Amino acid sequence: MRKLKNIFFVLIFSVIVLNSSNSAEKSPPFLETKWTFKGLFGKFDRASLQRGYQVYTEVCASCHSMKYLTYRNLAEKGGPEFSEAEAKAIAASFEVTDGPDSTGEMFVRPAKLSDKFVMPYANEQEAKAANGGAYPPDMSVLVKARKGGADYIYSLLLGYSEPPEGVELDDGVYYNKYMYGNKIKMPAPLSDDLIEYTDGTKATAEQMSKDVTNFLMWSAEPHLEQRHKTGFRVIAYLIILTVLVYFTMKKIWSRVESKV
Amino acid sequence: MSNHEYTPSSKFGKWFNDRLPLLTLANHLTDYPTPKNLNYWWTFGGILTFCLITQIVTGLVLAMHYIAHADMAFSSVEHIMRDVNYGWLLRYVHANGASMFFLAVYIHIFRSLFYGSYKSPREIIWILGIIIYLLMMAAAFMGYVLPWGQMSFWGATVITNLFSAIPLVGESITTWLWGGYSVDNPTLTRFFTLHYLIPFLILGLVVLHIWALHVPGNNNPVGIDIKKPSKDTVPFHPYIVIKDAFALLMFCIVFALFVFYQPNILGHADNYIEADPLVTPAHIVPEWYLLPFYAILRSVPDKLMGVVAMLSAILILAALPWLDTSKVRSAVFRPLFRQFYWILVADVLILGYVGAMPAEGLYLLIARVATAYYFAHFLIILPVLGWKEKTTPLPLSITEPVLGGSPNLAAARSDEKIEKTIK
Repeated sequence: MRKLKNIFFVLIFSVIVLNSSNSAEKSPPFLETKWTFKGLFGKFDRASLQRGYQVYTEVCASCHSMKYLTYRNLAEKGGPEFSEAEAKAIAASFEVTDGPDSTGEMFVRPAKLSDKFVMPYANEQEAKAANGGAYPPDMSVLVKARKGGADYIYSLLLGYSEPPEGVELDDGVYYNKYMYGNKIKMPAPLSDDLIEYTDGTKATAEQMSKDVTNFLMWSAEPHLEQRHKTGFRVIAYLIILTVLVYFTMKKIWSRVESKV
Repeated sequence: MSNHEYTPSSKFGKWFNDRLPLLTLANHLTDYPTPKNLNYWWTFGGILTFCLITQIVTGLVLAMHYIAHADMAFSSVEHIMRDVNYGWLLRYVHANGASMFFLAVYIHIFRSLFYGSYKSPREIIWILGIIIYLLMMAAAFMGYVLPWGQMSFWGATVITNLFSAIPLVGESITTWLWGGYSVDNPTLTRFFTLHYLIPFLILGLVVLHIWALHVPGNNNPVGIDIKKPSKDTVPFHPYIVIKDAFALLMFCIVFALFVFYQPNILGHADNYIEADPLVTPAHIVPEWYLLPFYAILRSVPDKLMGVVAMLSAILILAALPWLDTSKVRSAVFRPLFRQFYWILVADVLILGYVGAMPAEGLYLLIARVATAYYFAHFLIILPVLGWKEKTTPLPLSITEPVLGGSPNLAAARSDEKIEKTIK
C-alpha cells in the first residue's frame, strides 16, 4: 500500500508542477463570477446562452465573425437549444451569396440551417480598414485562445476605465486593465440597457457580459456538456474496474509471499 | 527463456508452429520469468506500450479528417472538434495522450536511472530507449505543428531555425527542411508525413527494446543478477499482467481527468489562434515535456553552442552505461549516489520551470547553473562516485534481503507453491 501512495504523490506532484509552469503571467486578478459550465457536472445555462446569442448578434457581430459556427448549431443539443423553427427563422434573417445557378449567375438567398454564420466583412483587409487597422478576431474559439478563458473575456468586457495618470492614449485606443499591455482598439462594447432582452431580463453591462461569455464558451467548446457527462461515466467505470482488478491482483499474488 | 522446449498440444498447432513458431513466442511471453520484487515503477513499460497504441489508433482516425494544408489545417481541426462524431474525444485523447506518453517515459527513464537498469548487460536496451525517446520528441514536435495555430507556426520557425546555426551549410539545410524560404505549406505537408511515419518506427524499435530486454531479463529493485526461472521469479502471466493492468487503470484515471475535465490545460492558448506569419506571439514556448532542453538551449549565449549543448544533453544519456563506473546497479545500496540522484531530479524540474520563463535576469542565471550541474552530474559526479563511493552490502538473492541475514522462512515456504504453479 505504501508504494501505491508513492505513485499517487508523484502523479499529483507532477500535475502541480505542470500547471504552475503554465500559469506564470502577472495580470490583475479576474473579476469573480459563477460559471455553471465548470465542475464535474458543469452544464450551460440555456437561457443565458440564448441571451448571449442575442448580445452577439446585436452587438459583437457588427465587427466580429464566428466563421466556424453554423446556424444549425443553435438548435443542437448542449447549446442554446433554440427550437428548429427559431433557428430557421434566425438563419432566414441573414442573406448569403450562393451559386452559380444553371445560367451561371451568382444569386442572393436567405441563409439556411446548413449555412455558416454570415461574416460582417468580406475579408481581413476590409475588417482592418473599417476598424482603424485592428483586426477584430474571429470569436468561434476566442475563449480557448486567451489565457484565463471565460474569466478573462468576462473581465475584459467590464475592464474599461479612464487611463491612470501618465498613460497616453492615441485616438481610437482605449484603456483596459485586463488587456495585454492595457491598450485596446475596441471601445467598451457593452453598457447598461444597450439592448433589450427578449426574455425581459434587465440588460445590465454585467448581465450582458456574462451571457455573451457563456455563449462564447459554448461556441468554443460545443460538446462540453457531452464531454462532462461521458467523462463522469468513464471515470466511474475505471474506478470500479480498478478496484476489481486490485482485489483480483491481491488474490493472485497471495500465492506468492511478496508484497504488491 | 524457459528451460524446456515448448511443444503445442494439438496436431495443427504443432504443424503450424514448426513452420512459424508463433506459439513458441506466445509461450515465451506468458512464461517469461520476471523478478517477483518488481515495484510499481516497473509498470511504466506496459503503460508506455498502451500510450503508443492509443496515439497510433486515435491518430489514424484523426488523419482521416485532418487536412494537411496551410489554408485548411486549422479549420479542419475545428471541423474535427465540432462536426466529426466524437471528434472532440479523439483529438483530446491524442493531444493529452502525447503529454501522458511523456509523463510515463520520464518516469520510466528516471526509474532506470535510479535502479541502474542501463548497466551491463542491458546497455543495448538503454540505447534503444534513448533512440525511441529522440523519435518521440520529433513526433511530438511535428504533431504540435499540425493544428497550424500560432504556437505551431512559431514553434516550428524557432526549432527549424536552429539548423541554420550549423556552419557553412546551415542556411541551405534550413531552406531544404522548410521546402521554401520560411515555414509554409510545404513544411506542413512534410511534417504531417513524418508525423505519420515516426510512430511506426517507434513501434519497430519498441519490439527491439522488448526483445533486447528478454535476453538478460528484467533488472529489479535490488539490482542483483538472479537465476531465471527460480524462487526469485514469477511467470509473466498472470502475475505481472494483472499488476500491469492495475497500474495501467490507475494511469488511465489520471489520463481521463485531463481529457474530460482539463483538456487544454497542458496546451497553450495561443494555439487556438490561426497561424499568422506577420504576428509573433509574446512568448514562444514549447510543450512542457521539451522545456528542460529548451532551457539548456537558451542558457548558452552562442546559438551554435546552444544547439550543441541541447543535443549533448540527450546524447550524453547514450554514454551513461560507461560514464557510471559503479559496479553496483541499484541506488538502494549506493547511499551517496542516491542523494545525487534526487538532486538531478530537482535539477531537471528546475530546468523545466525556467524553460517556461523568459530567458532574462535571475531565470537565465538559474538556467545556466542548472545546465552546468546537469552536465557535471554525468561527466564528473557519476564517474568519480563509482570509484570513491562505499556501497552497502548486497544481498545474495531477492528472498534473502541482506547479506548474512537469516533467510525469510515465510517467503521460502511460498516459493515451493510457486514452483508448483510454474510446473
